[in-house]
Amino acid sequence: MMTTRILRPMSWTSVVIALALLLVASGQAQQDEVDLKIGGDVGRPPSFAVPDCLALTPDAATAEAARTIAEVLWDDLEFEREFRMIPRDVYRTIPAARSIGDLAFNRWAELGADGVVSCSVRALSGTQIEITARLFSVRSLDNAFSVQYTGTNQNVRRYAHQLSDEIHRQQRGLEGVARTRIAFVSDRDGESVLGLVEDRPVKEVYFADYDGANVQRVTATRTLNLFPSWSPDGRAIGYTSYVSGFPDVVVSHLFEGRMTSPSSGTTSVHNSLSAFSPDGRRVAFNSNRDNSSDIYVADIDGSNVQRLTSNPAIDTSPTWSPNGQQIAFTSDRAGQPQIYVMGADGTGLRRLTYETYCDRATWSPAPFNEIAYSSKTGPGHDIKVLDLATNEVRQVTFGLGSNESPSYSPNGRHIAFTSTRGSGLKQIYTVDRDGKNLRRLTSTGNNETASWSR
Amino acid sequence: MQVRGTRSWIGVVTFAVAMLALQACVRKPPPVTPETSPLPPPASGERPAARPVTPPPPAPTPVVPPELLAPEDEFARRTLEELNRESPLEAVFFGLDSAELDERAQRAAEANADVLLRFPNWVVTIEGHCDERGTPEYNLGLGERRALAAQRYLIQLGLAESRVRTVSYGKEFPFDPGHDDAAWASNRRAHFVITSK
Repeated sequence: MMTTRILRPMSWTSVVIALALLLVASGQAQQDEVDLKIGGDVGRPPSFAVPDCLALTPDAATAEAARTIAEVLWDDLEFEREFRMIPRDVYRTIPAARSIGDLAFNRWAELGADGVVSCSVRALSGTQIEITARLFSVRSLDNAFSVQYTGTNQNVRRYAHQLSDEIHRQQRGLEGVARTRIAFVSDRDGESVLGLVEDRPVKEVYFADYDGANVQRVTATRTLNLFPSWSPDGRAIGYTSYVSGFPDVVVSHLFEGRMTSPSSGTTSVHNSLSAFSPDGRRVAFNSNRDNSSDIYVADIDGSNVQRLTSNPAIDTSPTWSPNGQQIAFTSDRAGQPQIYVMGADGTGLRRLTYETYCDRATWSPAPFNEIAYSSKTGPGHDIKVLDLATNEVRQVTFGLGSNESPSYSPNGRHIAFTSTRGSGLKQIYTVDRDGKNLRRLTSTGNNETASWSR
Repeated sequence: MQVRGTRSWIGVVTFAVAMLALQACVRKPPPVTPETSPLPPPASGERPAARPVTPPPPAPTPVVPPELLAPEDEFARRTLEELNRESPLEAVFFGLDSAELDERAQRAAEANADVLLRFPNWVVTIEGHCDERGTPEYNLGLGERRALAAQRYLIQLGLAESRVRTVSYGKEFPFDPGHDDAAWASNRRAHFVITSK
């Protein structure tokens, strides 16, 4: 449990007065909010510093939490590239401030900081902590944003993630992704499939925080599980499981301990590659039920099955448009696999790519109107992005290893994907839609086919 | 994978030796000449299967003369695991991005059909596999296409559809973990697994 209190840099009486004024003249209140946004030099993003949090209780856990929160917050703020983050080792010598009066504004100005996040951590009990964070404007000496969290001292990274998301929203009007998660499959636990053929590694479903920390295992089926995909509410993961001996779509409702299958597989009807509709009520998937590999849509309880393609070619790997009106998918009806788009009722088919080999289209969320996909560019594949308004294609990765299975962050700014760069093992990376800000999330075993939660 | 590959070929060798021994029992004097061994000679390396850049010369005779097949009780004694470890069924190999059975693939499928017609209780699952190139998503479809192509061929040869199931594993379970043409060729396959007998 975590509780949040937005702190105002005012007394309670002034809050009451401010609320009264807000009711009378909301225009004036908005003006005040704009004033709290920290700017940088002309043409440059504001520079931010995140010094270590102050540990207000002397125990080791609090000291550890104070350091972790500052480190994670710095990484989270860096991730969206809205601020120029000043490296933390530059200001280790500046003493931590206990109040705004303590803040060494001259030293922060000397470092070129426009904003400083000052935070403190206090142990309330053996299990509960309180975190107070303030964002100061170095130029105006104002308190731009204040918040207080109380909750358990387990996994303190999430306090930093929430703080980052709140600072991005308040300062930049941006929905950050620090509290999102990435699902993937992995052979990291080194287990073998139970079955008649020996020494086949399992793949199980896992998810991690967006930065790769805090990995949690979802399946332990001792079989092959592939292609996880988050439900829009982040409470379920659909995936392709071989637990019955053939590929079928399974939906695991993570917080309810129950599983459903929307696709009704049998020994001869195989289903795979599920994708939830944006409203979370339907699932698109691949099935061979009519003796051809086609795209189907069903309600998540398995009712109202609708066949969307009926072509002898392989039609697979569906992705929904953000408004749920269209579905892009892969088809090899023209020989090699290419990306196509159609209405969510199967009408209005249009071919989108004319390349060597394209697969795994992923439709970006708003405000971007583009589709990321994996394209064969040499011995391996690279991630490319097709702008649906201009039909322009830009490449995001460039020939290091094979780069496959892209998935957009919910704010559309980042793409998670599988790459064999480096060791040759498959690992999950994230990269921004302009190809910058590459980060590796995984390092144990093979990890692939990321799905970024909404 | 290496271990498994080696082991299964040890299995094939064992099987071949067993066949020849059986032959020796049935007919004397034994015509033990390796050249006419009914099974393809295993190479000595770790990846013996199919490096068929050029198709191998046509097999001189059907794979196993019917009268030389192991008697039912020989296979009946073995568990499914043992049977699959030393499988009398061969893999059917495919070309790049292809699900067509060429001459060699047809012969392998025919040999498997002969075995299955001889053991009418056996049910097999034909696993469709792909090499590591290409995406995991599309390869799942391609593996299915390969499994179905092999299944269709066996049905044409007189096997009941209910005895020949299919499943695609895409590129998930390579036979050979290598990253060269030879490895890729041995990974583009329909692998026959006996699932009940």
